[in-house]
Amino acid sequence: MSTASTIACHECDLLYELPVLPEGSVAKCSRCGAVLQRHKRDSLDRTLSWTIAGLILFVVANSFPFLALKSGGLVRETTLITGVVELYNEDMRSLAVLVFLTSILFPVVQLAGMLYLLLPLKVNRLPWWKPALVFRFIRSLQPWGMMEVFMVGILVSMVKLAKMAKVVPGIAIFSFAILIFVLAAAASSLDPHLVWNRLELDS
Amino acid sequence: MKEGFATALEKSLIGCHSCHLVCQGTAAHGQGEMICPRCGSVLHQRKPHSLSRAWALVMAAFIFYIPAMVLPITTVISLGKAQSDTIMSGVIYFIHTGMWPIALVIFIASVFVPLAKLFILTFLLISVQRKWQWRPKDRTSLYRITEAIGRWSMTDIYVVTILVALVKLGGLATIEAEAGAIFFAAVVVTTMFAAMSFDPRLIWDSVETNYE
Repeated sequence: MSTASTIACHECDLLYELPVLPEGSVAKCSRCGAVLQRHKRDSLDRTLSWTIAGLILFVVANSFPFLALKSGGLVRETTLITGVVELYNEDMRSLAVLVFLTSILFPVVQLAGMLYLLLPLKVNRLPWWKPALVFRFIRSLQPWGMMEVFMVGILVSMVKLAKMAKVVPGIAIFSFAILIFVLAAAASSLDPHLVWNRLELDS
Repeated sequence: MKEGFATALEKSLIGCHSCHLVCQGTAAHGQGEMICPRCGSVLHQRKPHSLSRAWALVMAAFIFYIPAMVLPITTVISLGKAQSDTIMSGVIYFIHTGMWPIALVIFIASVFVPLAKLFILTFLLISVQRKWQWRPKDRTSLYRITEAIGRWSMTDIYVVTILVALVKLGGLATIEAEAGAIFFAAVVVTTMFAAMSFDPRLIWDSVETNYE
């Protein structure tokens, strides 16, 4: 890998000649304090394993009901997609689409995209279809995947409904809770500069 | 780390927005687009039309904020009675029932954060346009915070979604989403886009002219 790279602070545009950072260290812009680069330990391996764990949990979280509501003899169970479908049927289309994108589609596309990029890189090959485009796309989705916010939404709803009827947490809620931490771990173990360097070197 | 004393702009370099590769070029005035050789995105020295885009989105968000707060976001139909709730009436309900931590979460996420974000962005936009020299580092931090907290405002939208999905207990009770929720979602999305279109490097551009 290259010895030093020129880098411009993405928040204040100051130029740096950045040496190869020691593992686990962070380079910050001395003028504005933005994080320029982090050298993560085993970045690609760790991100790959978190990503695989995340995909499995994602499937579980979406396949089973995460909350059930009991009132008298009536039981109502809900999976992640139920709310989206209900909103859509109620003619709240824009809301349904927004919730679907931010809590289901974007997170899964991001996970699948990371797997698509990191699996070939792991065996020293380049992903066969436009890796740069894929990586750029999933990076741009980053702010729009909001599963952790959804988790807060679940908690608030549970409290809100507790007065109305008996709320029973389902299996999915636990996988969902773990998934939040797995996603955070996947995001924080990723060193995007390293991925860009690898994609560039191999092409 | 060897510190640089020049910005990319002064050296006719461009830091790519998406992959941060530093490229040669001064594609400032139009003649054709420059493409980042590594990631393929279009290169710009500064985010294009950053100020006007951010202003437009901030204004739109301020406008959406009013119906988002005034109109009901949900209607609960329970045993034939319908009751509509706005965001604030939800907060007040939680305070009355003694669940003030939840009241605080909703108040901060839904009422305070979007408004704080809009005021901070307005302040940053004015400070850049007036070329203020005042504490550029702190203003950059302010920007970083606004970018990070915006997503948490989605909490209420998710609560509405979950309530709508769960509360379908035959004739006993149903909950329906109302127009306020759409306006509220619009506030969250437009403020997020506004924060993304603002370029924090503009804060430093006016500072640099006084550097040497």
